[in-house]
Amino acid sequence: MYKRLPDAAAAAPAVLLTIDGADFAARAGDTVAAALLAAGYDACRTTPVTGAPRGPFCLMGVCFDCLAVVDGLPNQQTCLIPVRAGMRIERQQGAAVFGPAAGSAQGPR
Amino acid sequence: MTALASAEVIIVGGGLHGCSAALHLARAGVGAIVVEKNYVGRHASGVNAGGVRTLARHDAEIPLALAALELWHRIGDLVDDDCGFECHGQLRVAENDGEAASLRERAARLRALGYAHERWIERDELFARVPALSRHCVGALVAERDGAALPYRTTWAFRRKAEALGQRFFEGTRVHGVGRADGAWNVETSAGRLTGRVLVNCAGAWANAVCTQLGEPVPLEPIAPMMLVTLRMPHFLDPVVLGTGRPLSFKQTQEGTVLIGGGRRAKVECDAETTELDFRELALSAQTVRDLFPVMREATIHRGWAGIEARMPDDIPVIGPSAVTPDAFHAFGFSAHGFALGPIVGRITADLITRGATELPIAPFAIGRFLPA
Amino acid sequence: MTLPERCDVVVVGAGPAGLAAAVECARAGAATVILDEQAGPGGQIYRAITSTPMQNRDVLGADYWHGATLVAALQGSGATYVPRAAAFAVSRADGGGFEVGVASGGAAALIRAGQVILATGALERPFPIPGWTLPGVIAAGAAQILLKTAGLVPEGPVVLAGTGPLLYLVAAQFARVGAAIDCLLDTTPPGRIRDAWPHAGAFLASPYAAKGFALLRQARASTRIVRGVERLEALGAQRLASVRYTVGGRATEIPAAALLLHQGVVPDINLSNAIGCDHRWHAARSCFEPVVDVYGATSAAGITVAGDGAGIAGAQAAEARGTLAGLHALAALGRIDAGERDNRAAEAKARVARWTRGRAFVDALYRPPDAFRMPLGDTVVCRCEEITAEQVIATARLGCPGPNQMKSFLRCGMGPCQGRLCGLTVTEMIARERGVSPAEVGYYRLRFPVKPITLGELASLPQTTASTQAVVRMKAH
Repeated sequence: MYKRLPDAAAAAPAVLLTIDGADFAARAGDTVAAALLAAGYDACRTTPVTGAPRGPFCLMGVCFDCLAVVDGLPNQQTCLIPVRAGMRIERQQGAAVFGPAAGSAQGPR
Repeated sequence: MTALASAEVIIVGGGLHGCSAALHLARAGVGAIVVEKNYVGRHASGVNAGGVRTLARHDAEIPLALAALELWHRIGDLVDDDCGFECHGQLRVAENDGEAASLRERAARLRALGYAHERWIERDELFARVPALSRHCVGALVAERDGAALPYRTTWAFRRKAEALGQRFFEGTRVHGVGRADGAWNVETSAGRLTGRVLVNCAGAWANAVCTQLGEPVPLEPIAPMMLVTLRMPHFLDPVVLGTGRPLSFKQTQEGTVLIGGGRRAKVECDAETTELDFRELALSAQTVRDLFPVMREATIHRGWAGIEARMPDDIPVIGPSAVTPDAFHAFGFSAHGFALGPIVGRITADLITRGATELPIAPFAIGRFLPA
Repeated sequence: MTLPERCDVVVVGAGPAGLAAAVECARAGAATVILDEQAGPGGQIYRAITSTPMQNRDVLGADYWHGATLVAALQGSGATYVPRAAAFAVSRADGGGFEVGVASGGAAALIRAGQVILATGALERPFPIPGWTLPGVIAAGAAQILLKTAGLVPEGPVVLAGTGPLLYLVAAQFARVGAAIDCLLDTTPPGRIRDAWPHAGAFLASPYAAKGFALLRQARASTRIVRGVERLEALGAQRLASVRYTVGGRATEIPAAALLLHQGVVPDINLSNAIGCDHRWHAARSCFEPVVDVYGATSAAGITVAGDGAGIAGAQAAEARGTLAGLHALAALGRIDAGERDNRAAEAKARVARWTRGRAFVDALYRPPDAFRMPLGDTVVCRCEEITAEQVIATARLGCPGPNQMKSFLRCGMGPCQGRLCGLTVTEMIARERGVSPAEVGYYRLRFPVKPITLGELASLPQTTASTQAVVRMKAH
């Protein structure tokens, strides 16, 4: 789990978004990956190979473990995307699903 | 110079056709050496789309493709490996009535020639087989027993079996020249001289260098058809899908990745063995896929590549004996559709070497068709 | 995304090297576009320099805040800065120069440029230990990024593990914000100082010495350091719960909610590799680096590499090398002649010398031990495809000669990270099995796109109106 330092908590305005349908107040300047960690999700996906849980690892765009569904688009590198008000973030279960079913939370295996 | 090694047969080129020839020769009890400038399966053989099809073949290739398909369905018997071969059929879709008419005519023409492997299906059956296909399509030709396999694994399996049966492979060994002396072949390489009674030219995009040395140069064009692959997606496609009016070869693998081919070309430097992807051409492929499979719109393209292959002007290969010298044979120029034929062409080559004939009709592939009359 | 169709110079990456290169080119009047996939400039070392909530300068330190100067210089230079834009391909354009494929937010475009400067920097060396894929295990640099970008720190117990100066820097920075680190498990082998000793003189004379000693003091004061760690495992079911470490053959298990791993940084070579630049294996640094001259020019004319992407030397050296790459590009474009280039380069060359003095000592001292570069057993090597060490070893023993062939057998290296987190591991493991140098084994052959793009982005690229390229057709006979 991660905690916000007092400096940071005060520094920037809150950005309201949803994670798996639940409201969360991130901070302006957070990446989606940081928001997930701050909200208590250390796993943002399960792998398509074995269904193992994975979370952000490098936080700089090279490991591709931070993939999640952002506003209905799967396979998004969340450590590269700044949060935006009203953003819908969903954990990605297994292989990316596209089309109308994208982003439907299928729950952890 | 003392010989590096000798064998009854020297095969230039360690792609699938060279390895297949080596394997079939081994089964016939004939020793062979394969000499390969990179590593086995480095070029077209190892990186193609893996399509195993009788569908959409040039008439001359149909008998070979049908014979090859029989081998593919029992490929484990031949090479002790399933090569990743899967059979879910191949389909060639018509996007409009004009394409539909030409495909139906083709099916009728093939039936008249005695071939029943391509069957026309209407919309209902098409969308039952390929639910993800855009509903603007009007029908397709289907070849039920066609499928796909893994190219590098297949080439490796042929090599491994041939080696287990006693054939030798010299990789990282470049052929500098070939010449005849005392009724035998001297193949000069970067590692020394190979000698043999019979020479087989399976050198792919570099085959014309051998042809020229033999005195029968051909109008071979090196090409580099491009491929794209996506990250994994949930399973949505069983058969391989081909386009008709615009080039496309489209399949989903067992792991869920999607392979997009069709023959659009990269720039190629044959001697440097480099290719450069052309993203404007790939954009056209992307549009074709987007139009035919709407689910693919936001699919993640992960990697592109292009293998170096040889094309002949009539888009069919050169198979068979040299036109100018005894004890030399060719199997190259497969024009981006040689993978499926690999298992059978090696047998044809072995038959030509061991008994001077093959039961399959190879006259259309004769090298003589390129020589001045 | 507003991108010009053409320019003189494209710079890929807005870290210290990219910023310095872009400033040099733009100030001289060259039309310069600098691309970066992050939302703000600074690369990783100056990550979030324009947006960090950690405004107390003592926390991140003066070295970090130097980045603000560079960003200010960019803003005044006239260069076009394009954030959240990933360069996915660099190809030679007909008629000279290059086309750089750029993807950003649902669209893709091609920019023509006369010169391309790659400043993609470094990434943390893969650190494969049992359990390193468990949620709760992150790179130490990643923890630093969370601190810089969002003021987030992991809740305890927090364990730092590995080798290299960044570990001590993270410990010191955490201490400054009152975030507890339970212990630092140091995998630097005892006696390593002997190997490094020949380079000690240069180190002591370098700017690194004083900083290094100060960091060590701060780290020692703030956390318990366990030396000589020979084995590490991250344990837990669905997430990290504890860490087991072995010293002198004795194993100890400690509870952990966060494990921060680090064993040095290595150049990010994916783009230079895919372009076809020559690379070489650097034995002392156990990594591949592009072959470059003093200006960063590669074997591909018109392509320059600046910064840690050419070889790890730190932020200050990167900045100086960015200046050199910029000067080289200006000369190649004909905006300055070679004489002026060399004159103006003298100061930057002196800076490079100053900031690379002492690196050999650091490289030798903190060279990760073999056991942590070449794992065994069911330790995951390829994270994307979940391929284990024993699978890699078994395939190498079957005769698989190199990483490109291994890709086809195991799918190792075929996942989304394109080998960034497994490439060095696989190369070294195959080299060890074969008994040859990693130089002979080689590395994955990378191809474009080096960053994923969607089918829709690809479809949005401009095409030839009449496709003059013949296509291998299947004719409807």
